[in-house]
Amino acid sequence: MNVGSYFFLALFAVAGVVFALTPLALAWLWARAFSPRKSGPSKNANYECGLDSQATGWVQFQSEYYLYGIVFLIFDVETVFLLPFAAAFKGLSAGACAAMLVFILLLVEGLVWLCVKGVVAQRRLV
Amino acid sequence: MMDEELRSELSRQGVVTTTLEELYNWGRKNSIWPLQFGLACCAIEMIATSMARFDIARFGAEVFRPSPRQADLMIVAGTVTKKMAPQIVRLYNQMPEPKYVIAMGACAISGGPFKEGYNVLKGIDRYIPVDVHIPGCPPRPEALLQALMTLQEKIDRQHLTGEGRARHLDADAPGEWPIPEFGKHDLEPPSNPALWQPPPMTRAE
Repeated sequence: MNVGSYFFLALFAVAGVVFALTPLALAWLWARAFSPRKSGPSKNANYECGLDSQATGWVQFQSEYYLYGIVFLIFDVETVFLLPFAAAFKGLSAGACAAMLVFILLLVEGLVWLCVKGVVAQRRLV
Repeated sequence: MMDEELRSELSRQGVVTTTLEELYNWGRKNSIWPLQFGLACCAIEMIATSMARFDIARFGAEVFRPSPRQADLMIVAGTVTKKMAPQIVRLYNQMPEPKYVIAMGACAISGGPFKEGYNVLKGIDRYIPVDVHIPGCPPRPEALLQALMTLQEKIDRQHLTGEGRARHLDADAPGEWPIPEFGKHDLEPPSNPALWQPPPMTRAE
């Protein structure tokens, strides 16, 4: 193995790191020499739209929320596949049509499951 | 320090000389990033200023930032209601130093046509330090450009050290301004006494 050819690679890496860090170091030195830190409660606040945040972000979500995710997924996938199915409906063979109907049936099965579980009924979930 | 005569002689010969301070201020004044923030109809003129016809990009100030963390200049463009004033002061506090303020239009500098109303602040300079005031209702985009040029001249005159240095270079200068709160009848306090010192009104003889 020729070590000499890898030496340039190492040199290049070192030069790259120095090139990246030099402006940061200069900025840091400039800040130390000239501009003092000016921090405060509103400057350090997380929220930056002018309003005070009302509570922390560490709130608990009910685990039932995952059902919403599933319902969304079912309708989402259905819409994505139904539109091209409708557009190409006239040109489809009987086999392709049956395959699509089976697919829709699988999704409808999910909806039926949700209805039986009572998720679609009006109540407070989150 | 080089005297002015030698300097102009050198520049005539094609040798440009500068100081660290001038270089620093030259960079600062030509890259002012305004906060993307409009309050009322003056904001429409501000938007027009940023478009191709008036082209605020000529002054390096076209980068309107939607976050106060990245902005250098707050253009208070429009009527400041008392409901909005605390938010403006908080946004101003959240901007990093060095920061500047242009009060644009009659409402922002004095309350304008709503001065006698109950719900409009009679000038944003009651709570935050304003660098340039623009009169007008609303001021034309040229007026905003004029204000920007005035601000650039002001930045150019600021020093790195000693008397007349920019506020962000002064360890004793405040970094945050007190945010007013809603009182029973008015904002509390009605103005920041450290900033707002109007001359006493006297009746003409």
